[in-house]
Amino acid sequence: MTFRLEARRLACERDDRWLFTDLDIEIGAGEIVRIEGPNGSGKTTLLKILSGQLADYQGELFWCGEPMRRVRVDFLANLLYLGHAPGVKAALTPLENLAWYQALAGEQGNEAERMQALAGVRLTGFEDIPAAQLSAGQLRRIALARLALIQRPLWVLDEPFTAIDREGVAELEQRLLAHAQRGGSVLLTTHHDLAPLGELRRIPLGTGARHATQ
Amino acid sequence: MWAFIHKLGSPKWFYGISARMQPWFWIAAVLLIAVGSVWGLAFAPADYQQGNSFRIIYVHVPAAFLAQSIFVGLAVSGLVFLVWKIKVADMAAAVMAPLGAAMTFIALFSGAVWGVPTWGTWWMWDARLTSMLILLFLYLGVIALRGAFSSRDSGSRAASVLAMVGVINIPIIKYSVDWWYTLHQPASFTLTSRPSMPVDMWWPLLLMVLGFYCFFIALTLMRTRNEILRREASKRWVRDLAREEG
Amino acid sequence: MPRSDTLTIRESRGGLGGAVAATLRRDLILMLRRRSEIMNPLVFFALVITLFPLGISPEPALLTTIAPGLLWVAALLATLLSLDSLFRADYDDGSLEQLLLAPQPLPALVLAKVAVHWLMTGLPLALMSPLLGLMLGLPGGSYLILAISLALGSASLSLIGAIGAALTVGLSRGGVLLSLLVLPLYIPVLIFGAGAVQAAILGDGAAAHLAILGALLSLALMLAPWGIAAALRISING
Repeated sequence: MTFRLEARRLACERDDRWLFTDLDIEIGAGEIVRIEGPNGSGKTTLLKILSGQLADYQGELFWCGEPMRRVRVDFLANLLYLGHAPGVKAALTPLENLAWYQALAGEQGNEAERMQALAGVRLTGFEDIPAAQLSAGQLRRIALARLALIQRPLWVLDEPFTAIDREGVAELEQRLLAHAQRGGSVLLTTHHDLAPLGELRRIPLGTGARHATQ
Repeated sequence: MWAFIHKLGSPKWFYGISARMQPWFWIAAVLLIAVGSVWGLAFAPADYQQGNSFRIIYVHVPAAFLAQSIFVGLAVSGLVFLVWKIKVADMAAAVMAPLGAAMTFIALFSGAVWGVPTWGTWWMWDARLTSMLILLFLYLGVIALRGAFSSRDSGSRAASVLAMVGVINIPIIKYSVDWWYTLHQPASFTLTSRPSMPVDMWWPLLLMVLGFYCFFIALTLMRTRNEILRREASKRWVRDLAREEG
Repeated sequence: MPRSDTLTIRESRGGLGGAVAATLRRDLILMLRRRSEIMNPLVFFALVITLFPLGISPEPALLTTIAPGLLWVAALLATLLSLDSLFRADYDDGSLEQLLLAPQPLPALVLAKVAVHWLMTGLPLALMSPLLGLMLGLPGGSYLILAISLALGSASLSLIGAIGAALTVGLSRGGVLLSLLVLPLYIPVLIFGAGAVQAAILGDGAAAHLAILGALLSLALMLAPWGIAAALRISING
């Protein structure tokens, strides 16, 4: 069964300023969609709306044709969101961090899976070290390990390339591509050019700050 | 019903209708308060125990009533704002909170002044005064929380939630404070039960209470209108309005 | 690892028990790795109690009279002190937004966090209170009631306080504001908690007070998780 995330006539007003209006977005299986725009154009806000975190918008959201408000939990069960902050507890080891995420996703999981996921982001040997002793890039990798560990068709990634090295960038690009080829889809913002991924669908934001009119 | 609620939710519509309602509430407030205070201060009989000092009741009780009602109003506005996303409700809540705090303060102050002849001291840990003091803190919390957010929308939502939490707690607080201070005077005036005071004292009090409510509604309408203009200053209808009025 | 080649959408299926248990375990581990967070409220509690005889008078009769109120107020302030960190760390490192995105009911997950807060703050305070009661010359026979009333009452305090903590977590300086929001809401718990100890001293039997504390706790258990969840959703977008 395929899936589809749709937004119709989406608009978001924050403190009397329209971040965007009349936005129609449709994301289906196998697509990588990039949201573009200058700083402050509402990219993060749009991602938060599309990932069901912000209810403060006008317009309609649909998941597989059903209104989002009705199927929110089903939608969340198919979503993997990575925000600005990596969401990694400094006092816990990478393994413990991943174990919590697995349980939160409603999965049992086992240690071998988590070790494999950490190996996939080149964190072998760091599994049992408290995350506080790791670098910012390594913290980011722990977060990225969730992509391999928790199987979700829809990825919403806010600046996923922040703080990771060149090799890591290439690996992540391959990971995104592989995800799309397997029928998953990716919605992301980034300042990288993502050339290896070929031509991507783009959603431009911030065509001048429009003021509210009625 | 829904159409009506959403119509009420349109700032422009509210701005129009409130302009028509506002004068009537002002007139009613002035008349009721004028008649009530002259009657209460000059013609109502003196209390057989407290003498003339009881007359401060004509300020104390209406203010205390209003202080409690406004908090309920805050919570209701908050609920309407959170559930139906009606912005006018939040604008009303924003202007009502300081008004409620002021009323609470008036009730506290008049209670303290009343305390001098009655108890011989400015402050007693009397159940009603203590509850009022706590209510004042609740108001201050709502006002401070609203102001603490850099995004106005988030501040509005947070204040709405806090007002709703507060309104659930007010009866519990009131009950526990009453329990704590079981030797307090019974509340001297309720709208539902039979008055324990003479009718001559009761009527002016009723007028004053109604007058205070009208005053509150009129002031809230006026200040909400200002708030609408301030928040919607960039909307076309406000700019049209500004152009018409020169 | 079983992995089909194509991704399909999935039903949201259960796993609530596992998620709650994992959150409980995670927060407990976090607290145990930072023991100072457990010790600080306890030390604060003991310090405040020490200040009163110094500030008022060491006369045993006087201290005995004010002991129930003192112990309760000091314990209440100690839980308040620890509240600000309840969601702060999760907010800062981004795991709070992940918690909000879990396909599980948020009130249940936050309840797990609040339970850990109580286990690591309220319960130790309650266990320590008889010792401080001894120092204030609390009459014998009221120690058990003191500990029970604090254990029951502090659970309500954690729940109510968590609403305030959730409302202020997005603010950089939420600490003082948090006390302003939460303290008025604490008053009923304080009245009945201190009242229970007082009743035990007077020999009136504290069962009624403890029952009311229990009623307040069940009310808080029913309503507060929803309030906390709503407040977190607001704060996360501050």
